Amino acid sequence: MSETILFYLLAGVAVVASALVIGQRNPMYSIMLLIASFGALSGLYIQLDAPFVAMAQVIVYAGAIMVLFLFVVMLLNAPQEDGAEWDRAHPLRRPGIGRFGALLAGLLIVQLVWALTRVNDVGGAIGARGDAAAISSVRAVGRVLFTDYVFAFEATSILILVAMVGAVLLAAREGSR
Amino acid sequence: MDQATLRFAIQLAIIGFTFFMLINASALLVLAERKIMGFMQQRYGPYLVGPHGLLQPLADILKLLFKEELRPKDADRWLFTLAPIISVTAAFAAFAAVPWGAETTFFGLLDTPVKLGVADVNVAVLVVFAITSMGVYGIVLAGWSSNSKYSLLGGLRSSAQMISYELAYATTLASVIMLAGSLSLREVVDAQSGYWLGFIPRWYLFLQPVGFIIYVIAGVAETNRAPFDFPEAEQELVAGYNTEYSSVRFALFPQAEYINMTTMSAVATDLYLGGWHGPLLERFGLGWVWFLIKVGIILFTYIWVRWTVPRYRYDQLMQFGWKWLFPAAVINLIVTAAFVLYFNV
Amino acid sequence: MIPLGHYLIVSAILFAIGTAGVFLRRNLITILLSIEIMLNAVNLSFVAFGRAQGTVDGQIITFFVMTVAAAEAAVGLAIVIGLFRHRESLNPDAFTSLKW
Repeated sequence: MSETILFYLLAGVAVVASALVIGQRNPMYSIMLLIASFGALSGLYIQLDAPFVAMAQVIVYAGAIMVLFLFVVMLLNAPQEDGAEWDRAHPLRRPGIGRFGALLAGLLIVQLVWALTRVNDVGGAIGARGDAAAISSVRAVGRVLFTDYVFAFEATSILILVAMVGAVLLAAREGSR
Repeated sequence: MDQATLRFAIQLAIIGFTFFMLINASALLVLAERKIMGFMQQRYGPYLVGPHGLLQPLADILKLLFKEELRPKDADRWLFTLAPIISVTAAFAAFAAVPWGAETTFFGLLDTPVKLGVADVNVAVLVVFAITSMGVYGIVLAGWSSNSKYSLLGGLRSSAQMISYELAYATTLASVIMLAGSLSLREVVDAQSGYWLGFIPRWYLFLQPVGFIIYVIAGVAETNRAPFDFPEAEQELVAGYNTEYSSVRFALFPQAEYINMTTMSAVATDLYLGGWHGPLLERFGLGWVWFLIKVGIILFTYIWVRWTVPRYRYDQLMQFGWKWLFPAAVINLIVTAAFVLYFNV
Repeated sequence: MIPLGHYLIVSAILFAIGTAGVFLRRNLITILLSIEIMLNAVNLSFVAFGRAQGTVDGQIITFFVMTVAAAEAAVGLAIVIGLFRHRESLNPDAFTSLKW
């Protein structure tokens, strides 16, 4: 019972915060709302017996990537009213393209929800298979990560290195290369 | 009252007690800092309020509460108020995953022992790290939303410093986790019980001396204290990110800083100094007294260092964090890994 | 116990919100944020399915998605900084000509 309440609360926060993110004029507000959404998602991961992923979500997404976004927004000091005039209108009242896009997004939600609720074996309670303690331990995640997925792990570390070098190079000023 | 509700009530009481003690800790640290600073400078420090100045924090808090709440006209309304809230919430929440005492039945009141600490999570080390890294937002938002160049520079520098020293901090955490074999702080502490040769306690301080030093330095830099407090230095940046704040909003920033200090000291005690294990007192269920003593020693060291050494310049600070501390932490990690593998510790 | 379908529906809604953001907003930073929303929706799906199967594979793939998202955010923001420096605007419509 309390689990269901918690799920609806967290899912509600995540969805509402994300919906508000795409509607804000000020990018700083968008970022803070997105951090709230990530926090709610982290709670959902804990409910799914994945504490390591939950903490990684907070550390990596909310604690690092969003700080990066925040720094860029602050340093660029972009004018808040940037964007076309019609960007500020309500999605359903925008000219042509905007209204069509908003309607398509709504249609996408309806389609996805329709499809997902008609798949077999999806209505069953989660957590029926697998031992919660076994798969939630960091030891189990680490064991599989470094044996079955070790190649992907090493490739990802090289990817981060490349991204780091690339970001420094791309953002450097013209004269100071 | 049956056992279940009694247990629930006691757990609520422990949570309330921990919160209350954290607030007291920040008040006490205000006094301790000024008194110790005074004694180191061969003067008395606060002396008038209460016996020997012991009620000075009360006077400070009352003064701050009665000041006028200012907000610069062009400051962002929501973020200006949200910033200190984030700082202080992250500071308090981080302590939730830190255990401060062994299991106790409160002298037979309960059937099964209850653990002393707000929550016992099996990824406690990660939780503390995650929540303290959320504290960066308080400072960044404070700097940005004040709409003032001193604040913005102070906020940016402070947050850049915090995220730089998080690397060394996390790497030393990884070394201790390797030794203990678990991410749960309670298990890390319990792995440090017992003695070698009968009298040397099995603290990780002796197995990881370099790691402990790196951790304490990174902790000091994380909390923007001591020689790493350039971003809030009075002489350079007026007051850094909290220049435009006054009254209660301002009061929350130093409180967040002191509670962060307390959390860092508590985690250092749990990881390196054996937590609540110590001679004699544990038999009577008073292990938490040892915990308090050890945390107190580390807090005293924080204050001691602040008033002894001069401040680092900002570029020296960043160089030190990236070029010296982080490589040292990585080498420490590699050596620890080799040690664990070879000796099957 | 919460059925798997509930988690999938939340994931679907988040994904659609992210897609809407990418298509509808005319601000480069907000577009990148919407991409992050989509990636998070997918992460939630992975973890939910992993839990339903009783394995840790869902969590591991989430771990990789997070890493890739971090790398992509870093490079994307660097590009945004470069673009802003050149044209002083964060509106994607300001970059419609192929001439630099």
